[in-house]
Amino acid sequence: MSEIFSATVIIGILTSGIRLATPYLYAAIGETFSQRSGVLNLGVEGQMLLGAFVSFYVAFTTGNLWLGLLGAMIAGALMGLAMAYVTVNLQAVQGISGIGFYLFGLGMSDLLFKMLLGTVETVKGFSVAPIPVLSKIPVIGEIFFQQNIMVYIAFLLVPTAWFILNKTTLGLKIRSVGENPDAADSLGVSVAKIRYFTIILGGTLSGVAGASMSIALLNVFQQNMTSGLGFIAVALVYFGAWRAWGVLAGALLFSMVQAIQLRMQIIESISLSPDLAVMMPYILTIIVLVASVSRVRAPAALTKPFDRGD
Amino acid sequence: MKKNLLIMFVLVFALMLSACGGDAAPVEEPVAEEPAAEEAVVEEPAAEEEAMEGPFRVAIIMPSSITDLAFSQSMFDALLAVQEEMGGEEAMEIVYSEGMFVVDDAAAAIRDYASEGYNLVIAHGSQYGSSLQEIAPDFPTTAFAWGTTLNTFKEEGIENVFAYEADSHEGGYVNGVIAASLTESGVIGVVGPIEAGDAALYVKGFVAGAASVNPDVEVNVNWIGSFSDVALAAEAANTHISAGADVLTGTAQMVVGAIGVAEESGVLWFGTQSSQTSLAENIVVANQVYDWTVVLDEILANIENGVYGGEAYTITLANGGLVMDYNGAFELSDDVKAAADAAAQGIIDGSIEIPTE
Repeated sequence: MSEIFSATVIIGILTSGIRLATPYLYAAIGETFSQRSGVLNLGVEGQMLLGAFVSFYVAFTTGNLWLGLLGAMIAGALMGLAMAYVTVNLQAVQGISGIGFYLFGLGMSDLLFKMLLGTVETVKGFSVAPIPVLSKIPVIGEIFFQQNIMVYIAFLLVPTAWFILNKTTLGLKIRSVGENPDAADSLGVSVAKIRYFTIILGGTLSGVAGASMSIALLNVFQQNMTSGLGFIAVALVYFGAWRAWGVLAGALLFSMVQAIQLRMQIIESISLSPDLAVMMPYILTIIVLVASVSRVRAPAALTKPFDRGD
Repeated sequence: MKKNLLIMFVLVFALMLSACGGDAAPVEEPVAEEPAAEEAVVEEPAAEEEAMEGPFRVAIIMPSSITDLAFSQSMFDALLAVQEEMGGEEAMEIVYSEGMFVVDDAAAAIRDYASEGYNLVIAHGSQYGSSLQEIAPDFPTTAFAWGTTLNTFKEEGIENVFAYEADSHEGGYVNGVIAASLTESGVIGVVGPIEAGDAALYVKGFVAGAASVNPDVEVNVNWIGSFSDVALAAEAANTHISAGADVLTGTAQMVVGAIGVAEESGVLWFGTQSSQTSLAENIVVANQVYDWTVVLDEILANIENGVYGGEAYTITLANGGLVMDYNGAFELSDDVKAAADAAAQGIIDGSIEIPTE
C-alpha cells in the first residue's frame, strides 16, 4: 500500500494528469469564449477531429510541426466561421447545428484520411522540451516543466482567457452579449461581430486541441481518435461555471482521476478491478456536477439567437 | 429569415446523413465515394442478375476501419487475399461497412446486405451475435459468419451461421517469450481494451510466455475500458514507461496511440491482430498476425457444397491462421529467435500448454 505514496508514483500520476488535461483545456477554453457570448457550440469534437487530421497531415508531408499547428488553426477557424454563419446569420438552433458540424468534422476527417493517407502513420511530433532552470526544481520541475510545448501553451491559455474575459473591454463586450444582447446592441456593441469572433476563436482552439493530440501527445492520426473528448470538453465548461479557472479545475480533476486509475491498475499491492477503475473518473465527475449544480447560472442568452428586428 | 432557416436545416440534415452513411464502399474504390456510399453500394448490385454466373458476393460489417492495423484490417486483408486467389474482382465481389460501433446500425446493414442477395455476410465482431441470430433465419440461402466466438447458433436451430475464433494466447505466448528475453529493466507493460474475448486471451498468453523465460519479470497489465480511446491508450503507455517498462505490447485498434508513445520514448513494441511494423519500424519487434484466409477458404468450400453454416473454426499457429511476423529491420539475436521458434513449435506439437483460465 505504501507503494502508491512513493514520490515516483505521485510524480508520475501528476505528470500524466497534466498531459491528459491538455486537449481538454484548449477545447474547453475555446468553448468558454463562445458560451460566454451566448453560443453553444456542440461541434467541438468535429473541429478537433479536422484539426487533428490537418495538423497531422501537414506535419507528415512537410515535416514542419508549426505549419501543422497553423493548418489545424485554419481548419478549426473555417469550421468556426461556418458555424458562426449558421448560428448568427441564419439563427439556427445551436444544439442541432452543432451536432451537424460534429458529424461533418467526423466524416470529413475520415474521408481526407482515406484519400490522403489510407493507413495509420506516425509523425515525429513535439518532443518533451524541459524549460531551463524551472525544470530543475525538484518535484515541481518534473511535473510541470518537463512537458512538450503544446502542454505549456494550454496552461498559459487559462490566465490569458481569464484576463481577456474579465479585464479587457473585449471581455466585457463578450459577456454583455452573452447576458443581454439587446442592451449590448443598444449601446453600440455589434452582437454579430462579437459572436463571430468567439465562435471562430472557439473553432481555432478546438483545432489546436486536435493538433495537441495528433502531433504532440500521440503522434498518430486515427479515424475518430478523439472518441468523445470534445463532448467532455463542452461538459467541462458547465462544470467550470463558464470561468477559465473553473475549466482548469475541472480538466485537472477529470484527468488526474484518469491518471490515478491507470496507475492503480499496475500497482500490485492494490488489486483494483479494471472495470471499477475505468468508471472512477466518470462517477467522480457526476458527483461533482451534482454537488455544484445551480452554484452559478449560465449566461442568460446562451443558445438564444439574436435578432435585431430590423 | 424563415426560408434561410429551412435551407439551413436541410443542409444540416444532409450533412448528418452523409456522416451517418456507415461508410460502405466497394473495394475497387474505397477512397472515391466514402460518405454517400451506402446507397450507391446497396443499389447497384441489386440491379444485376442474381444468377450463379456472377461473382461470389461477400459483404462484411466491421466495428472499426479497414486500416485499423488491428482486428478489422486482419479480416479485410484476408478477404483481399482470397479474392486474389480466386481470380480478382470478376470472381469475388467485396463490399464493406466499417466503423459500425453502433450495433443497431450494424444490424440494419446486415439485413440490407442479406436482402441484396450477397452470398456471404460476415459480421466481424462478437457484439453482432444477437442481431445475427435474429436476421439469419429470414435468409436461409445466405451464409453468415461472425467472430470471435465458437457459437454458430446450431442449438437454436439456425443452420446458416458460421463462427470463427482466434487462439490469440498462442502468439501472445511467443511474443511474451521474446519480450521477457529483451527487457533490461525487468518491467513489461500491456495496454488492453476490455478484459474479454481475444484481447483477454492474448494477454494471458503473453504473461505466461514472459513468465516461462523469467518468472521475475514484472508484467503490468492496464485495461483502459475502451476499444477506441486512443488518448487513454497513449497515456496508459506513458504510465507503464514511468513505472519502468522498457517493452510494451497491447491489443485492439486503439493501441496506435500507445505505439506513438512507445516510438517517441524508444521502448520496444509487440503487436497482435495485424502487423504494426509499418507504423514504427524502429521499435516493433514482432507481431502475431491473424490470417483468416484458412477460415474463409473453408467457409467458401462449404458454401460451394451447399452448406451455409453450422461450422466453427479456430485459427491457431498449427493451422497457419496465426502467423508470427518478425520485423526484418529489428535485429533479433539468434538465441532469442531460437527460443521464440522453440516456443511456437512447442505450442504446435502440444508440448507447451498455455493456461488460459
